[in-house]
Amino acid sequence: MHYLFEPGLFSSGPVRTALLVGAIVAVTSGVIGVFTVLRGQSFAGHSLADIATTGGSGAFLVGINQFWGFLIAGVAAAAVMEAIGVQRRRGRDVATGVVLGGALGLAALFLYLGTLRTATTGASFTVLFGSIFVINPDTVPALIASGAIALLVVGALARVLLLTSVSPDLARARGVNVRLVGILYLAALAVSVSLAAVAIGAVLSTALLIGPSATALRLTKSPARAMAASALVGLAATWVGIVLAYDSYYWPPHGHTWPVSFFVVVLVLACYLLSYLRPNRRQVPRSPHEEEAECGPTTGGPETRLGTAHV
Amino acid sequence: MFSGLMLNTWIAASVVAVVAGIAGFFAVLRGQTFAAHAIPNGAFAGAAGASLLGINVIWGLLVFAIGGALGIGVFGGEGRGRNARHDVITALALVVMLGLGALFVSLGSQYAEETYADLFGEVFGVSRSEVLPIVVIGFVAAVAIGVAFRPLMLTSALPEVAEARGISTRRVDVYFLLVMALATSMTVPIVGALLMFSLMIGPAAAARSVTARPGIAMSLSVVIALATVWLSIALSYQTNWPLGFFVGVIGAAFYLVGALARTVATPRPAVR
Repeated sequence: MHYLFEPGLFSSGPVRTALLVGAIVAVTSGVIGVFTVLRGQSFAGHSLADIATTGGSGAFLVGINQFWGFLIAGVAAAAVMEAIGVQRRRGRDVATGVVLGGALGLAALFLYLGTLRTATTGASFTVLFGSIFVINPDTVPALIASGAIALLVVGALARVLLLTSVSPDLARARGVNVRLVGILYLAALAVSVSLAAVAIGAVLSTALLIGPSATALRLTKSPARAMAASALVGLAATWVGIVLAYDSYYWPPHGHTWPVSFFVVVLVLACYLLSYLRPNRRQVPRSPHEEEAECGPTTGGPETRLGTAHV
Repeated sequence: MFSGLMLNTWIAASVVAVVAGIAGFFAVLRGQTFAAHAIPNGAFAGAAGASLLGINVIWGLLVFAIGGALGIGVFGGEGRGRNARHDVITALALVVMLGLGALFVSLGSQYAEETYADLFGEVFGVSRSEVLPIVVIGFVAAVAIGVAFRPLMLTSALPEVAEARGISTRRVDVYFLLVMALATSMTVPIVGALLMFSLMIGPAAAARSVTARPGIAMSLSVVIALATVWLSIALSYQTNWPLGFFVGVIGAAFYLVGALARTVATPRPAVR
C-alpha cells in the first residue's frame, strides 16, 4: 500500500482538488459520451475539444481563467457546427473538419501572441495537455455547477435523445423537435468537453468522452447501464491516473512528474481493449429501415443493440 | 523573402501542398476526414519521441504516423463514415498518440518553442538537408496514389462495384491510410501537426464543392492547396505570425468561398 499511495498523497490540497475535479469530469464525460458514441459523433466531440483549445488559448491571452475560455469557445463552436449541419451525415465530417482547421489556426495565433506578451512558454502545454494539479480551488464550484447542469439537461432529455439517436424519422413522426434536441445535446457536450479540457487537456479530453463509453457500450446493451458503467470506467481511469502521476515523481528520470493525461489515456485504452475479451454473443443484422436513417444506429461494438423497446 | 534559406521553405512547402491536395481529395471523397486529423497528431508524438531519444525527427514521424495508420486501418474496420466503431478507434488512436506525445514532451528537455513548432508549424525550420527527404517522400506518396488511382476511385465512389470486381475495400483503405501517413510524416515539421489537417481538408472540400468531376476536382484541390501555402508563407514572413494560423484560416476561407459559389450556382448532386 505504501508504494501505491506515496506519503502525503491525501493530505495535499492540489491532489484533493484534482481528485474532486477528476470525478466530476469523469462522470459528466462518461454519461454524455454514451450518446456521442451512439450518435456516431466521435469526430464532432473531438472537434469541439480542439476548438475549445482556441478559447483556452484566448483566455490565456487576455488573462482570465481557462475554463471560461474553453466553455465559451466550445458552446460557440457547437452553435456553428449545428448551423452548418453537423446533424446531417453527408458532408458533415468535412464541415466539421473545416471549422476545426480554422479554429486551430486561431489557437496557434493566440498561443503565439500570448507567449510573446507574457514570456511564459508552458502555456501551450497547459492548454493542450491539461494541468489537473494546478486547478485554482476557487473555480471548483463553477466546475461542479457546469457539470451538474450538463448532466441534468442530458438526464431530462435521455429518452428523447435515445430515440433521436436511434431513429430520427420515428422521433419526428412522434412530434419530437429533433433539431432542438440536437442543439441542447451539443451544448451539453460542449460543457462536458470544457470540463475535461481543464482536467486532462483540450486535445486529450476525447479520451474521457469516447473511451469509457465505447467500453461500456461493448459490455452492456442497456443505455442506462452503459451510462453507469461508462461513468465508473472514466472515474477509475482518472483517479488511478492521478495517483500514478503523483507516484511518478519517484520514477526515472528522477524529479520529473509524468503527466496525468498520459496515464488517463493509457488506462482508458486498456479498458477498451479489455472489453474485447468478452466474447461477442451474436451479430445483429441491421434492418433496411435503419440503414436509410440519417443518423443510423451507430453502435460502440458489433454486439450492441438498441431496440426501440428501450425508448 | 526568396533568399537561400527561404528557398528551401518554398520548395518543401510546395511539395507538401501538392501531396496534401492529392491526398486530401481522396480523404474527403472517402470520408476519412477524422483519420486525416488523427494521423498528423500521432506524428507529433513521433517528433517529440525522436527528440527525447536524440535521433533524427523523420524516423519518429514515420514510425508514429505509420503505426497510427495501421492501428486505425487494421482495428477500425471499414472507414466509410457510417461505422461508429471506426470513429471510436480513430479517436482512441489519436488520444493515445497525443498522450504519448505529452509524456515525451514533459520528460524531454525539448524547448517549448520546438514543441510549439511541431504542433503549429515553423516556416523557417527547413534546412537544406531536410529538403531532399521531403521531396523524395512526397514523390513516393504521389506515385503511390497515382498507381492506385483506379482502385481508389472505384472503392470511394462505387464500393459495391469494387467488391464485385474483386477489389478489397478494406485493403484499399489500409493502403490509403499508409499513403496518408507518408504524406503526413514529411509535413508535420513545416505546417505543424494540428494544421496539416487543414491543408488536406480545406482545399479538397473547396474543390469538391465547385466541381463534381474527379480529375478537375483533384487538380483544383492541388492548385488551392498551393495557393494557400504560398499565401501563408508570404504572410507569415511579413507578419512573423505562425504559419499554421494562415494555413488554417485561408483553408477555411477557400471552403467558405467554394460553398458560397455552389449555393449561387445551380444546385447539382455531388459525387458520391
